[in-house]
Amino acid sequence: MKVRKWAPMFIMMAPGLIYLFINNYIPMAGLVIAFKKMDFRKGIWGSDWVGFDNFKYLFTTPDAFVITRNTILYNLAFIIVNIVVGIIFAIFISEMVNKHMKQLYQSAVLLPFLMSMVIVSYIVYAILSPETGLMNKTVLPMAGKDPVSWYSETKYWPYILIIVNTWKGVGYGCLIYLASIIGIDRSLYEAADIDGAGKWVQIRTITLPMLLPSVITLTLLNVGRIFFSDFSLFYQVPQNSGILYSVTNTIDTYVYRALLQLGDTGMASAAGFYQSVIGFLLIIGCNWLVRKLDRDSALF
Amino acid sequence: MLNTRENRVFQTTAHIVMMLVVLISVLPFLLVFMSSITEENSLIVHGYSLFPQKFSLYAYEYIAQKGDKILRAYGITLFITVVGTLVNLLLTALLAYPLSRRDLPGKKFFSFYVIFTMLFNGGLVPTYLMYANTFHIKNTIFALLIPTLLLSAMNVLLMRTYFRTSIPEALIEAAEIDGAGQFNIFFSIIVPLGKPILVTLGLFAALGYWNDWTNGLYYLTGTKGEDLYSIQNFLNKLITDIQYLANAQFSGGGAQAAKMPSVSIRMAIAFVAMIPILVLFPFLQKYFEKGITLGAVKE
Repeated sequence: MKVRKWAPMFIMMAPGLIYLFINNYIPMAGLVIAFKKMDFRKGIWGSDWVGFDNFKYLFTTPDAFVITRNTILYNLAFIIVNIVVGIIFAIFISEMVNKHMKQLYQSAVLLPFLMSMVIVSYIVYAILSPETGLMNKTVLPMAGKDPVSWYSETKYWPYILIIVNTWKGVGYGCLIYLASIIGIDRSLYEAADIDGAGKWVQIRTITLPMLLPSVITLTLLNVGRIFFSDFSLFYQVPQNSGILYSVTNTIDTYVYRALLQLGDTGMASAAGFYQSVIGFLLIIGCNWLVRKLDRDSALF
Repeated sequence: MLNTRENRVFQTTAHIVMMLVVLISVLPFLLVFMSSITEENSLIVHGYSLFPQKFSLYAYEYIAQKGDKILRAYGITLFITVVGTLVNLLLTALLAYPLSRRDLPGKKFFSFYVIFTMLFNGGLVPTYLMYANTFHIKNTIFALLIPTLLLSAMNVLLMRTYFRTSIPEALIEAAEIDGAGQFNIFFSIIVPLGKPILVTLGLFAALGYWNDWTNGLYYLTGTKGEDLYSIQNFLNKLITDIQYLANAQFSGGGAQAAKMPSVSIRMAIAFVAMIPILVLFPFLQKYFEKGITLGAVKE
């Protein structure tokens, strides 16, 4: 009876478990490549051990600092901007009386979220293209300014990347905050109305405090991922422009370029190992905090 | 809500800000569309613009006539989206159902096995070396189907929770007492009753396949790889070539540049790639919002 019941269940789970073994567990073991000199004839397991040599090379280059700094600072900026803008939009949308307008606004914040980063890079190109872009051909001449060669000027890219990330990504957080606001007990607002409290007071004393738990949870989960960057954003949107690397290179783009464009497996694997291990510690740490605050939102 | 002056000011401010948001969200897509229907010379003189001086459908005629590569890329995207999504859903549901059973032997171990993949990750280098050198998926259709996208641990957990909380245990137990096998139960009870979560997570899997371009970037190389380009990879290649030719112009690449799809065609292809998402948008939005209430869009 027992075997007849559970044997089919294990058969059901097998394909998924095998996939995770291949796609996730084998590469985890493959991280040892960071301590080896990759020899393609011998494969990952047969290559010779070189101790910490790959890490020594990586951390003597200025790249190690640049990619760590870019990854962390961009993530921090993204987290802060997305919270502030997401909450403002969510509050505005939740206060809309007109159902159709409410629906329109919700659609507007979500639309860019569903597009691929390749499409987004085309949109950015249509705006910033040096020869035919909207900025250089229409906006800057109207303002009486000279054209800018956007894809080779580093100083603009921190702003461009933050704007693009917000434009594409804010809808996701916004709709989560909106769902939390809709879940707030309406009688709190009715009581505040009776007491004569205005809109701003209600937002400050009811909406924002009630949103705090989901903001903290979402933020901690994002902080846990602060060592991982959106490869597509940092590679595709600046069009892999070499002049911009000092402000667009993150750990993920560095690993990709070292591995597949430069063929430097040693550097790539050292940077990848560094990201995996620190990333793991951050995720565990943040999840531990989430669990202390709100057990249901924790991953484990 | 009281109709005080402060509330009226608030409503007006909110409407103004959100109308701006609508414009900022929608105008870039309109820019791509307007550019795609602008006459080529007008584009070169005036640049990409929301208000073209001269219209032309040349870009779309070109795609319809000579765009066999584009149509092929479109076909490949459709194929991987359909096949990938179906396999993804099947794997996810088959793993989630046993995990949703409270009395599954070794349940703790299996749950941890799934969750741990969300905490620790081997990253690109070992993943690439394994898929390229051990499984030889480079320049095959499997390169677009298998890495990363086929199963998401997060979706397994969400589906497990949905099955556990929304499908009555008594129903499953009654079927077991009647002697129904587990596969029978899975297809006749779990799948029909789990439809809301299956549709929601299926849409996200489909969106993942439709929008993915990194698998193609990593695993498709050379002319053999180009034959397998998805529409996203095709677009990526096009924009890379533009950069390359722009740099090569100084060293006599001008003749080659003339053969490139013209300025308007680029935007036409980008617009063609957006169409399915724009058409399905109301549907996608409905399930996205449903997904948030199911806790389904955690990441």
